[in-house]
Amino acid sequence: MTEIAHAGLAQLARLLEQREVSAVELAQLYLQRIERHRALNAFLDVRSEATLQQARAADGRRARGERGALLGMPIAHKDIFVTRGWASTAGSRMLEGYMSPFDATVVERLAAAGMVCLGKLNCDEFAMGSSNENSAFGNVLNPWDTAAVPGGSSGGSAAAVAARLTPAATATDTGGSIREPAAFSGVTGVKPTYGRPSRWGMIAFASSLDTAGLLAASAEDCALVFNSMLGFDPHDSTSVQRPDEDFTRSLQLDPRGLRVGVPAQFFTQGLRPDVEAVVRAALEVLQRLGAELIQIELPNAPLGIPVYYVVAPAEASSNLSRFDGVRYGHRARVFDDLNDMIRKSRAEGFGPEPKRRILIGTYVLSHGYYDAYYLKASRVRRLIAEDFRRAFQRCDIIAGPVTSSVAFNFGEKAADPVSMYLADLFTVPGSLAGVPALSIPCGLGESGRPVGLQLIGNHFDEARLLGVAHRYQLATDWHRRVPAGY
Amino acid sequence: MSLTLADVHRIAQLARIQISDEQAQATAAQLNDIFAMIETIAQVDTSGVEPMTHPLDGVQRLREDAVEASLPLEELLRNAPAQRDGLFLVPRVIE
Repeated sequence: MTEIAHAGLAQLARLLEQREVSAVELAQLYLQRIERHRALNAFLDVRSEATLQQARAADGRRARGERGALLGMPIAHKDIFVTRGWASTAGSRMLEGYMSPFDATVVERLAAAGMVCLGKLNCDEFAMGSSNENSAFGNVLNPWDTAAVPGGSSGGSAAAVAARLTPAATATDTGGSIREPAAFSGVTGVKPTYGRPSRWGMIAFASSLDTAGLLAASAEDCALVFNSMLGFDPHDSTSVQRPDEDFTRSLQLDPRGLRVGVPAQFFTQGLRPDVEAVVRAALEVLQRLGAELIQIELPNAPLGIPVYYVVAPAEASSNLSRFDGVRYGHRARVFDDLNDMIRKSRAEGFGPEPKRRILIGTYVLSHGYYDAYYLKASRVRRLIAEDFRRAFQRCDIIAGPVTSSVAFNFGEKAADPVSMYLADLFTVPGSLAGVPALSIPCGLGESGRPVGLQLIGNHFDEARLLGVAHRYQLATDWHRRVPAGY
Repeated sequence: MSLTLADVHRIAQLARIQISDEQAQATAAQLNDIFAMIETIAQVDTSGVEPMTHPLDGVQRLREDAVEASLPLEELLRNAPAQRDGLFLVPRVIE
């Protein structure tokens, strides 16, 4: 059965279609694996009966003649998406035990397609973090090396896919929270264009940056799920309206003549030699496939981190103001009056990182500082976005590293917020510009830890982006590797 | 620009988060490190550049002002820390 667990989504879909395995059998297989590997702490809420009920329903739909690549296919959701049948905590004590009265649109769409929910995945609190060391419910371990972080904020999603506890996992990327854990955990992670996936039911961190996406074993698998996952949602005020499209349509693209932009700013001193060597080897593979490498400039990209750490906390301070102990979430037990209740509820419910970001955000939005910080950062954000627009006039896609190093050890950066923030160096520029971007495994670096190759596309060019990734994955097998013991 | 203890307490009050003096001290040090990193944007020439608040320069879409179905009240109150008669209970505000 291990071979089935190691199979990608496309292969599992064939097995389901040919009735070689049922949705119930698949669900049981993955539930057993999740239980066996509980030490990874990837899952926060697992309810076998609820999962099997969904699996039985999917088998029923198939028995009545329904078809579909995702019918009966297991999926797990990052705990940032609200779900009716499982608790939704966003990795925080603020929402411990919270049972949502509705499902996030992304969850609903995948359920409608017949996907079977295995449970909720651990993450950094309110999606704030790069190592999953900020979850109120404990660290997630990296299956490749349990002394290493899996990355964050979607650490649970990445670890679960890496250990094949689920064939795919939803996740969110605000500053790199899909791409970075995908790179650290040796799996494929894709962040679509901002506005493509619905934010309805996604516990908000930074509204102009939050983008739902997916982690899976391959780009092809992500493309399959995107066909059901992405799309206009009237509930989401920033949801983009575009004609329906098939994200698998360019998987067989011809890479000959493809212009691949390599940003000089992503290959600076900060990039560790082991990562650089592996990423450059991956670029050579693209060249051998017929792509043309072009040196490009993203001159304002180095400003991405300071801009992000003004804009994201500002938006977070606004979004997290809803957590006041009044209507839901943690309420303090002892207080003098309403103001005291609110101040204590928030002090008790939030962990150190959300508190830090709320305070930064409050400061940069406050009277006297708004122009110098928030408005200024918003202007620099446009410069960064313009860099991408100009670059895409000279190239079709952009390629480079995802992170400056392989996964670091637990505790290594936890004491120094700034050094932790720098983990997002190569991912935040794409986030600020709202462009689609992904990470695919491209080799192993120091200590045998995975390295990711980042591919960035122009707005709405996901199909081509996935096609290039798929081409690379046809020519290599890094994405098929599963760590020993899983 | 360096944050003082008073600054941190003031921001914490704006953010409605209770914070002790020791916490404020530790926080001030960390925030100062973070702001030192952020300061670099001050040098950037942004004359004539419009702020970008939406990556696709999207415009707020508005729907028709028509009543739509909502979730039943009992479901919405299910997670309430305290409630009575369909209302959320909080400490008395006006004496």
